[in-house]
Amino acid sequence: MTFNIFHQRREYTKMAKFNLPQNSKIEVGKYYKDKTNSKNLRKVNVYRWDPSTGKNPRIDTFEVDMKNCGPKVLDILIKIKNEIDPSLTFRRSCAHGVCGSCAMNIDGINGLACIKSHTDISGDLNIYPLPHLKVVKDLIGDLTTLYKQYESIQPWLKVDQTGKEKIELKQSQKEREKLDGYYECILCACCSTACPSYWWNGDKYLGPAVLLQAYRWINDSRDGDKKERLKKVADELKLYRCHTIMNCTNSCPKGLNPAKAIGSIKKMLATS
Amino acid sequence: MSAYKIIDHEYDVVVLGAGGSGLRAAVGLSEAGLKTACISKVFPTRSHTSAAQGGISAALGNMGEDDWRWHMYDTVKGSDWLGDQDAIEYLCKEAPRAVVELERYGVPFSRTDDGKIYQRPFGGMTKNYGNGTAQRTCAAADRTGHAILHTLYGQALKQKTEFFIEYFALDLIMKNGECKGVIAWNLTDGTIHRFRSHITIIATGGYGKVYYSATSAHTCTGDGNAMVLRAGLPLQDMEFVQFHPTGIYGVGCLITEGVRGEGGFLVNGKGERFMERYAPNAKDLASRDVVSRSMEMEINEGRGVGKNKDHINLHLDHLDKKVIDERLPGISEAAKTFANVDVSKDPIPVVPTVHYNMGGIPTNYKAEVLTLNGSEKTVPGLMAIGEAACVSVHGANRLGSNSLIDLVVFGRSAAKRAAELVKPGMLHEGVSNEETDKCLNRFDKIRNSNGSTKTSELRLKMQKTMQSKCAVFRTEKTLKEGVDQIRKPFVGMNDVSVKDKSLLFNTDLVETLEFDNLIGQALTTMDSAYHRRESRGAHAREDFTKRDDKNYMKHTLAWQKGKKVEIKYRDVHSKTLTNDVQYFPPKERVY
Repeated sequence: MTFNIFHQRREYTKMAKFNLPQNSKIEVGKYYKDKTNSKNLRKVNVYRWDPSTGKNPRIDTFEVDMKNCGPKVLDILIKIKNEIDPSLTFRRSCAHGVCGSCAMNIDGINGLACIKSHTDISGDLNIYPLPHLKVVKDLIGDLTTLYKQYESIQPWLKVDQTGKEKIELKQSQKEREKLDGYYECILCACCSTACPSYWWNGDKYLGPAVLLQAYRWINDSRDGDKKERLKKVADELKLYRCHTIMNCTNSCPKGLNPAKAIGSIKKMLATS
Repeated sequence: MSAYKIIDHEYDVVVLGAGGSGLRAAVGLSEAGLKTACISKVFPTRSHTSAAQGGISAALGNMGEDDWRWHMYDTVKGSDWLGDQDAIEYLCKEAPRAVVELERYGVPFSRTDDGKIYQRPFGGMTKNYGNGTAQRTCAAADRTGHAILHTLYGQALKQKTEFFIEYFALDLIMKNGECKGVIAWNLTDGTIHRFRSHITIIATGGYGKVYYSATSAHTCTGDGNAMVLRAGLPLQDMEFVQFHPTGIYGVGCLITEGVRGEGGFLVNGKGERFMERYAPNAKDLASRDVVSRSMEMEINEGRGVGKNKDHINLHLDHLDKKVIDERLPGISEAAKTFANVDVSKDPIPVVPTVHYNMGGIPTNYKAEVLTLNGSEKTVPGLMAIGEAACVSVHGANRLGSNSLIDLVVFGRSAAKRAAELVKPGMLHEGVSNEETDKCLNRFDKIRNSNGSTKTSELRLKMQKTMQSKCAVFRTEKTLKEGVDQIRKPFVGMNDVSVKDKSLLFNTDLVETLEFDNLIGQALTTMDSAYHRRESRGAHAREDFTKRDDKNYMKHTLAWQKGKKVEIKYRDVHSKTLTNDVQYFPPKERVY
């Protein structure tokens, strides 16, 4: 353990140069003044970057008429896109907090724009993409690595199948309860992109979202591959880069507890 | 259009859409050894299947006696006899196997005391041909769609289906009336891709976003339906749009029928449980069209709740906390987030909200697309499944929890049929560039639109017209006005502006292409509704209040040619698939 810490310190020292490349410096962008003569304005600062222009990222400021705006942060973004600047780019789909598309950094905290009330935030509103992802455009981050990691934990039930099964596998209510708090994950990536360890080692550390998913399958009484699954994640980088910082649990918009899932995996490994 | 560089691909089968039906088809196709591509404009688990809450119907009989024939009877009755009974027989007979398969794929269903799949009551689901309530709807708490979608994506990964994610499909490649593949635009790098395939399966979902207030996701724009219209093929039964009784007032967020299945009920402004008057037996668990109409009547007659008496209350505050926590946790969360309601203390304000399209691409029970050429004729190389398809199993009104089962039963059926028709590695015949040029000309023209009307303005005009002229209750007058007014945003496309001209994740252009897709479906919906002079299922005419089996026991087929819509009809199938069950002749539909 001592060695680990020492080793990490050395790593930190080695990588202490934080000079951002020229083209990633964020500049002051356009200011969109209100044209509706609204008495109820709110300033919304949004991160913008369009790779096809070759220009640096910028922060655009929009004055938004709040009198005619829905209650959620997504309503503001849609209003900007519909009425002020149609080129504003973000993902969105269900607008009910179940699909996980509109995950972004709102007022410094990762969350889903469709369920985050803007009235909960005071002052100007700052909207950025999820942190530490390669930005594709504006608020859209590249989640390819996370999706590959998700695939790597083999998110399917491993059970002897002959193809002729006529009845379901039995599972007691108690066994099924063990999946509560885990199967609900919507893969929005709010947790993983809030995790400093994932920022640092995102290519090797699986991160809270994927580890929570791994635990969901490890913990399924119907699964026949528990030992193999545990073995697969029992890796210094894949699992043990979790240092119980708990940002994941704090940022989960669905109220899940990835830190607990990771803790449970570690405990299973320690006691098996 | 040589200006666009085209990347070519060859697959045995291409699936458009990665929701429940598309993924189930992809799993079956990959299992059968067919080289399969699955193209989706969103990452698979973002698909709208994830929003399905209450459950998936199948006569498992885990919670009391059940029979697939009873399920079939309920579905036929729910469809107001517009459903094709051969397809309904197939759906209900296959349902139990499909649910067991899902369970073995890993879906975390809620459980009974003896560890079997938990089943809850749902609207219109009865025992013994309408005598008593059946518990037939298999549930994973109130997140059944989410659980199924994630599980199916996992299975597709297991089967190594090739995914093309965040690709926006533009058009089908047609040659002499046969489908030869599809052209798509890769949003993440801006490239154009041409997929050659022996069979293209459309699984692009519904088009709820033609309406202003819908439970549908922003992405529910029926892109596949529109591609079919542009290919010169018809859409079927478009006038049948389901209004879900319980969308949160002012927001549109869905509150599952499972709430009423677990004992919740609707109350008007006078504190009455009014459903007892409209459906003495089924009460709050009558089918959706009946409940939605009853709510609208209460509101229209001044018995709504709230300041403007314009909505209804849904009570579940009398339910045991354990029931709410275990079986309805998701809606407690949604009610809190979107209506600021603590469901253990207060009712949820609800109104009927657009939820599902019974209409879509006509198919047979093997998922093969149909068109009319004298009589029914299949379109070689083209299949459709899920909400995009009109098999038709839902007829004029879908029963709650019959959509999820539709996805997996017909997703599987499509894969099975494709595996019969296509052998792995079969050679692709040549296709001229004509179709590609046509598709890219349209794409390029829309991309370079420099008019003065915002896409959002046209969309809003379309949505408001649909909402006011093609609502729960319809009349000759409103529909005639609708037929005229809906053409204004259609013509408005000539003056649309697309500000973002880039090719990389240009959502300005995506939304404009989606609007162009939606407006064709709005036209066919409005015109189909105008031409059906009877009341059947979700299509309720105040001037023709009765079902008219003599003249309208038939499916509407609508072709779009510019702003003109051509309407024809085809007969509802009057036979079952096998002798395992007898045809259910039409009778009066009371709950």
